Amino acid sequence: MTAPTDPAASGSLAPVPEPGHPAAGDAGAAGLRLRVTPQHVRDYGIIVFAAALFIYFTVAASTFLTWDNLLNIVYQNATIGIAACAVTFTIIAGNFDLSLGSIFALSEVLGAWAAVHWGVAWCFPVTIGSGAVMGLINGLLVTKLRVNAFLATLASGLSFGGIAVGVTHGGLLITPSSSAFTFIGQHKAGGIWDSAIIFIVLAVVLQLVLAYTVFGRHLYGVGDNRNAARLSGLKVDRIVIQTFVITGAACGLAGLIDSSMTGSGTSSQEGLAGQLALLAIAGVALGGTSIFGGVGAVWRTVLGVLMLGMITNGFDLIAVADYWQNIVRGILIIIAVAIGFVVDRR
Amino acid sequence: MSTTALPHVRLDSIGKRYSGTKALDNVSVEVAAGTVHALVGANGAGKSTLGKIIGGVIRPDEGQVFVGGRPVRYASPRDARTDGIATISQELSPMPHMTVIENVYFGIEPRRAGIVQFRQMRRRYAELVAEWGFELDGGARVESLRTADIQKAEILRAVASDAQVIVMDEPTSSLTSIETEKLHRMIDVLRERGKTIVYVSHFLDEVLGLADTVTVLRSGRLVRTAPVAEETEESLVAGMFGAAAAAENFTKPAPATAPVVLDVSGLNRRGVLRDISLQLRAGEIVGVAGLIGSGRTELARAVTGADPVDSGTIAVDGTVRHIRSPADAMAAGMAYLPESRKDDGLFLELSVAANITFADLRSVAGRLGVLSLGRERSRTRELLDLTSVRPANPSAKVGHLSGGNQQKVLFARWLLRNPRVLVLDEPTRGVDVAARAAIHRLVNRLAAEGTAVLLISSEIEEVLGLAHRVLVMRRGSITREFSADPPLDAVMEAAFGLGGRTIA
Repeated sequence: MTAPTDPAASGSLAPVPEPGHPAAGDAGAAGLRLRVTPQHVRDYGIIVFAAALFIYFTVAASTFLTWDNLLNIVYQNATIGIAACAVTFTIIAGNFDLSLGSIFALSEVLGAWAAVHWGVAWCFPVTIGSGAVMGLINGLLVTKLRVNAFLATLASGLSFGGIAVGVTHGGLLITPSSSAFTFIGQHKAGGIWDSAIIFIVLAVVLQLVLAYTVFGRHLYGVGDNRNAARLSGLKVDRIVIQTFVITGAACGLAGLIDSSMTGSGTSSQEGLAGQLALLAIAGVALGGTSIFGGVGAVWRTVLGVLMLGMITNGFDLIAVADYWQNIVRGILIIIAVAIGFVVDRR
Repeated sequence: MSTTALPHVRLDSIGKRYSGTKALDNVSVEVAAGTVHALVGANGAGKSTLGKIIGGVIRPDEGQVFVGGRPVRYASPRDARTDGIATISQELSPMPHMTVIENVYFGIEPRRAGIVQFRQMRRRYAELVAEWGFELDGGARVESLRTADIQKAEILRAVASDAQVIVMDEPTSSLTSIETEKLHRMIDVLRERGKTIVYVSHFLDEVLGLADTVTVLRSGRLVRTAPVAEETEESLVAGMFGAAAAAENFTKPAPATAPVVLDVSGLNRRGVLRDISLQLRAGEIVGVAGLIGSGRTELARAVTGADPVDSGTIAVDGTVRHIRSPADAMAAGMAYLPESRKDDGLFLELSVAANITFADLRSVAGRLGVLSLGRERSRTRELLDLTSVRPANPSAKVGHLSGGNQQKVLFARWLLRNPRVLVLDEPTRGVDVAARAAIHRLVNRLAAEGTAVLLISSEIEEVLGLAHRVLVMRRGSITREFSADPPLDAVMEAAFGLGGRTIA
């Protein structure tokens, strides 16, 4: 796609004798002009995508561009967004987590159980804490037993989901209708649902941690080159475990919001729990975070998740059938990932 | 077995470049049918490259390969195989989960209507083993075999497909002396039955004992091709390094009688390192010479906590430190510049600044681990000046830099920590002449400021030019020590195990 590097121009630069590794970059730092390179498309194409979709829905559906509707999109995607922002950490550090939905379901059920048996106040620490413990289990499986993260979390997810069904006997645990319990899920502050506020605040915090702290930098390093990270003195296993714990706790938080909305804890995989992992990871990928680690950002995930939500919302408004929505989502994700691949391969 | 058309490999004016570096330059060699033809040379002389060109593993940029008088141009080892040329090397490994039989007949399975005839395959294997006398359990999975037996399987595969030429690339580098002996007997059998062997090796004693003809390469150029009977180990070493291989003229500060900074004693790692003891004084540059596989890199990794050790102590500034991880070694004041900057050093997706500060992020972070990007940028600028990275742009992506600048960035990372001991593994591999000179100046300057430097390099000239003392490693041990400016051929002979030879 881009012109091959001119040997004369780069003649003063050092030769790289390893065969099969073409000099990585075409656009050197010097001589960077306003030219759209494939890197730009990969890095910022998502913004153009999102803007185009946004404009399309604004034109196509008169009720799309209203304050209430836009807030509604954020609200409806708060639980997915919380899980997706957190799993972005895990993915940037070079791993994967398919157990999001099961952690979500089990922590919700445990929280509801605690609310019923121990009192409403217990619900908060139990959902988030149990999520963190499940994340810890995932992290230990991946680091200490060296189970591939894909398989480890697929398997742990099955078990977590099974335990959730066992606790509820397949039904619902109805929580006491305390205003403290429903506060998170059914309350608005300044006209905005609490859950949407939690999502946005969490996303901002995670993005800041990623971009501006030692820990965030370490995540990129571990995901980019694990050996180099270890030789630079990092305790790589500990960092990987931390990402799984953060993801688990966030899924617990999402579970707390969900049970607070409905006033119950459910183990059903037919609702959000069954789809959470796939939707969250789809959002991460759509945003442009590399599934291979080392590259990405939380703001990208927010954009990715909201785009997926926007498709649902906008297509509902213009009465497009469900199956079309899924087709479009799938195509978008493939384009997003393929762009990254095409650019990285060269 | 048809032996009518004996291939006779001829290489005419072969040239090969890797990103501007000439790996081979105008090399012409003739390999006579039915002989064992050895290719020798120092690390990087081009002997493996030449072997790979014959085997179709890589393609030459210039020149022509003739097989049996016919010009050929192979796109892959598979192409070469159909022409009767098989390559055996550790890089081209067989299918580990399959059995020996399946490997031997992979791609040439006897089949009927697309169905593999396993029974017939097993019968043919038994015949093959009987015919050649190379005993090997055909039902064993390749992954369970030792290197020597994998090679045997590969040789069986070559003869099963009726290969006439077998290229062996460093076949004995991980064999014991008994296994080496067995391999040589197999090669004798192959030669007796008319096969041609191209034998790439840096073990000169093996070459002299085994080959009929030897081709000597130096820095990608042909030195000579001669019958083995006319050569001795000394004449080969002289050919490989040249009479005029005078050390480059480095400015060498006088070694100080400074305090010992690093004191390693009795370091052992089973099968890798044997009883390594060494001392580094402040401001001293100690070079480690040795062949590939002699344990140089393993020594560096063991000392810096990258690999575990079985026994031995490491003391820094007189205090014994328990080093179990790179973090421990760093806390003790050590820094390790690894051999492969791409595999073990750099974060190619991250910026120059992020790469430089990665091993010491606390120094540019405030409370709660919040980074001060301004401080990071100014620290990075200082180090970019010191290491002369061009352009000195902290936000450039490291993956986009040239090899020389990448290596300087890696230096900068460790300089940020002001290490007491700097362990350098191939510090100038794959960098251009200017970057190499800059790195050499930097190493000298660091030593002048009191850093103790352990310098590992395949380039003997680099070691001799920079180091105040030279240690020679062979098969996991330090076998010789030279102080101040040893003659090059003395170091080389020690590296090749001549004179004062130890039991292998």
